[in-house]
Amino acid sequence: MNFASKEAPVVRYRKVSKSFGDLTILREIDLDIAPGEKIAVIGPSGSGKTTMARLLMTLEEPSSGTIEVDGEHLWHKNVNGKLVRADEKHLHSIRGKIGMVFQHFNLFPHMSILRNVTEAPIHVLGLDKEEAIDRAITMLRKVGLADKLDHYPTQLSGGQKQRVAIARALVMRPKVMLFDEVTSALDPELVGEVLAVIREIAAEGEMAMLLITHEMDFARDVADRIIFTDGGRIVEQGTPEQIFYKPESPRLQTFLSRFRAG
Amino acid sequence: MWSWSFTWSTLPYILDAMKMTILATIVGFAIALVGGLLLAMGRRSKNRLISLIFTGVIEFVRSTPLLVQLYFLFYGLPAIGISLGPFTAGVLGLGIHYSAYLSEVYRSGIEAVPRGQWEAAKALNFTRWTMWRRIILPQAIRPVVPVLGNYLIVMFKETPVLSAITLVEMLMAAKMIGAESFRYLEAFTLVGILFLILSYASSLLIRRLELKWNRT
Repeated sequence: MNFASKEAPVVRYRKVSKSFGDLTILREIDLDIAPGEKIAVIGPSGSGKTTMARLLMTLEEPSSGTIEVDGEHLWHKNVNGKLVRADEKHLHSIRGKIGMVFQHFNLFPHMSILRNVTEAPIHVLGLDKEEAIDRAITMLRKVGLADKLDHYPTQLSGGQKQRVAIARALVMRPKVMLFDEVTSALDPELVGEVLAVIREIAAEGEMAMLLITHEMDFARDVADRIIFTDGGRIVEQGTPEQIFYKPESPRLQTFLSRFRAG
Repeated sequence: MWSWSFTWSTLPYILDAMKMTILATIVGFAIALVGGLLLAMGRRSKNRLISLIFTGVIEFVRSTPLLVQLYFLFYGLPAIGISLGPFTAGVLGLGIHYSAYLSEVYRSGIEAVPRGQWEAAKALNFTRWTMWRRIILPQAIRPVVPVLGNYLIVMFKETPVLSAITLVEMLMAAKMIGAESFRYLEAFTLVGILFLILSYASSLLIRRLELKWNRT
């Protein structure tokens, strides 16, 4: 298998481990994400999928190993040839290249839909209000919610909330977007509308995506590459065809058979 | 025996002192609102030492009587060259004392903000300050407004303690009237009634504010 891209990877995990006390969640993960690459991460719960994303979003700190974004260390700084833990200022300077959509949406309940989407462009990127509103409305139109600008999150369905959350992350124009089981908290009939929006964004191409998901059909259609994690390790990876039709490792075969049976 | 004519004659003095009571409450509570927030945020600091210092200050202030704190500010500080007038010492004392209580109120509000809100703010790359100001505090303060309002009324009812450091508020005014005329009944009754009216009016006001906020 060769996924080496001609371009330098936008994200590079090297021997990244994470443990909480005695519990090891990730064991020496190596992973390169090429610019614009769509990677789906599948695997049983507790296999470390979500933690992979949370380390990149700086929500958790790796126990060991390094992560690079655009050729720069995320969690470390190079001081006189030595890697030292980076401060918040450094994290802040790199974090903007990453965006994330959460399982439970995490919209700001005290703000209208429009303000949910304009808040960060105005107060983080420093855009003036008109430009931020322009950008926000464009994004909300893309996710099909331009008619809900003045609504509040509580007035929306789960699927609508998640689409707002996607717009809120997209409006920051990250280089890499993390989708952390974004349909797991939704009623089954609302899953489709959210996946459709993500498919559409994926088709535009420029942005790399890490999609942590249990939706196998979706993963097969959208991803350039699929990663199967189990027990904190990347057990197998390959194109959707390889992973779904010629799985090599017994663990992946078992995992997939459970889905086919269901 | 109750004398109505005497009652009416003392009313202007007591109403005048009431202004001082209200002013001390407003300024003292403003100090407590800001101070309480700073204490609550300081206590949450990731720096262990800072957090410990703030926790210590809060515990110290809460565990010592307001009267002792007022005596310290008014009679004690001049010994090290800081002389405060009765009003300044009074509102500082009230403000500091209640900021320790309000910090606990803020704390409960802050802790009730779901973790997902902090994470979303971080994922959008908000700086700490902007995150607190625009995402966390608006959500933390709204649900604790009734409790804050309750403390406002409690503080208001505790203003007579300022008479101990010579501030002429309502109780002090009534005492002075009594000392001059040997009639205490009317003046103290008036003070009690005025406290009742003002406390009740503020509680109604707070309830209306609450309803208004809950609607949006």
